[in-house]
Amino acid sequence: MYTFKDLRKNSNQKPTGNSRRLAMLGNVSTQFLSVAIRGYAVLENLPLEVFDTDYNQIEAQLLDPVSEVYGFSPDSILLWLGTDKLYEEFLDLPLEARSGFAETIMSKITMYWELISKNCKANILQMNFTEIDDKALGNYSAKADTAFAFQIRKLNYLLEGAMSKQNNVYPIDLLSVQIQFGTEKFYDAPLYYNAKMTISTDALPFAAKTVIDVLKALSGRIKKCVVLDLDNTLWGGVIGDDGMENIEIGELGRGHVFTDFQRWLKQLKECGIILCICSKNNEDTAKKPFEEHDEMILRLSDIALFVANWEDKASNIRLIQKTLNIGMDSMVFIDDNPFERNLVRQMIPEIEVPELPEDPALYLGYLQQQNYFETASFTGAGSDRTKLYQAEFERTKLMMSFDSIDGYLESLEMEGEAKPFEESKYSRIAQLTQRSNQFNLRTVRYTESDIQNIANDKDYLTIYYNLKDKFGDHGLVGVIIMKKRSDTELFIDTWLMSCRVLKRGMEEFIVNQLIKRAKANGFKKVYGEYISTPKNSMVKDIYKTMGFEEISEDQYVTDVDTYKEKKIYIKEIDQ
Amino acid sequence: MERNEILAKFNEIARDVFDNDEVELTEESTAADVEEWDSLSHLSLVSDIEDEFGIRFTLAEISGSKNVGEFLDALIRHIEKK
Repeated sequence: MYTFKDLRKNSNQKPTGNSRRLAMLGNVSTQFLSVAIRGYAVLENLPLEVFDTDYNQIEAQLLDPVSEVYGFSPDSILLWLGTDKLYEEFLDLPLEARSGFAETIMSKITMYWELISKNCKANILQMNFTEIDDKALGNYSAKADTAFAFQIRKLNYLLEGAMSKQNNVYPIDLLSVQIQFGTEKFYDAPLYYNAKMTISTDALPFAAKTVIDVLKALSGRIKKCVVLDLDNTLWGGVIGDDGMENIEIGELGRGHVFTDFQRWLKQLKECGIILCICSKNNEDTAKKPFEEHDEMILRLSDIALFVANWEDKASNIRLIQKTLNIGMDSMVFIDDNPFERNLVRQMIPEIEVPELPEDPALYLGYLQQQNYFETASFTGAGSDRTKLYQAEFERTKLMMSFDSIDGYLESLEMEGEAKPFEESKYSRIAQLTQRSNQFNLRTVRYTESDIQNIANDKDYLTIYYNLKDKFGDHGLVGVIIMKKRSDTELFIDTWLMSCRVLKRGMEEFIVNQLIKRAKANGFKKVYGEYISTPKNSMVKDIYKTMGFEEISEDQYVTDVDTYKEKKIYIKEIDQ
Repeated sequence: MERNEILAKFNEIARDVFDNDEVELTEESTAADVEEWDSLSHLSLVSDIEDEFGIRFTLAEISGSKNVGEFLDALIRHIEKK
């Protein structure tokens, strides 16, 4: 972890390239935290511009539609109501008013959110509340609603409920930093009384990390896959030497440690992280515990891709990455063996390789503290994509058995669906705009509330696409957002597609459908643009391939009447 | 550690915090003598000195020291108490 000194030294470097813009508003001093955030962003290569206001400016800045904060055009506004300040306000209330404190503060926060949404496009990073227990009633405070400890906990609970109903609010869990440090180390009384600063310099880098983690996720920098070693990582011992009955999992030896580790990994899988195995073993031997050991938590059905052989791990990880078709920087490699870790780090610098502690009992705490799996969206049940990937390998096998690609595509019995955006899909659509990097023509990132606004705006034509075939349902895999340029002209603001469905005619299906919609709505011309990023070169020429005419570099147009519908093997399902 | 050695260390930390190699503080120096010495860098200076010597200043020492000399007095008191 960086020290505050490291962060301070880097905080003055000017960001290069397209920066995110963050405005900070607090009832306590945000100055130190903003220095830490600036420095952290520089060290993590996240171009970020930070605008800091004096403390206690929240209402003045948010009420005035032409305030400095709005003038800064922030992408995000950090709202920080420091508990230390709230505590003072609480004690200044008459006793009979204190039991309503949490509700009062919560309605104030809701008002801030409304003001922000009304006056600008920024999303909101909402700090939750650290705790103070002043022992006014001792332990009894936990059941007396006039005690601060009672109210501050209630406030966190109310905040969670309110945030879960707001798409444009992202939590910053400062409380978790306080818990990690303990209040004594998290808080520095002289610093607070001197500078209204409520976080000690030791804890500041960790507080800054919580903010940076969220900003990274909002920029699409997220982890999607965990690649796991087996021996002494998922269980104690060596399966090839010790055999099924002697590996430590469940009741045997240190088994409890590995069981809990597997429980956590299984949860990650349920939340949408892909689990893969990369082990130096014979495949049969390596798979046996997953199939036959009673106490294993992870089963073969939890693993998207199982690679066990005697090749070097870097090559195997490359194979996994290619098969899944995701960025190397979205993968985490977990292995107890320092030699393997170093080899992989050296061969594949982009992949994340945690320096696991030697004692397996410490794996979990260490990995959890790294917070690799920050996300800016979560679709709940249905996030688990393991089955989709497993079906994909079945398709690959089938494809090998055909001589021609047409024969293969026909045999898939694909069915496609194209519909205007609807409310139940907003979150998945926003998630795709945030996560898709490769098949993404302009890489515009949208939040759920942006998508909602676009869906309700008459100046836009929107389409989302579903695809299924005989092996399974791919779900929502394509997004088109078209903006009216005039009564007869449309511009394709967003075209993205999940790489899982590449080369199946989905690209053609998408374009056929969008032209059909354009035509039905009386448009004559559709314009497209390609904006190059380090990751999207695969779609550089897609408009040309689809028969659009190039008007200047990366700018394309097609006439809807002369557009030739592309041949596809996807049957359109009527709505 | 002699007083002048502590002052030398103090200067080393100050040059680092103010990011200015020309800073040369004496016992009589005050914040007004150094352009970069504002409230934020003051607290950074305090925090770096605390870390370097493994001590904690009191609130009065952080906000009440008139010049570098008084700050050194406080620092030396803490070092001796250790």
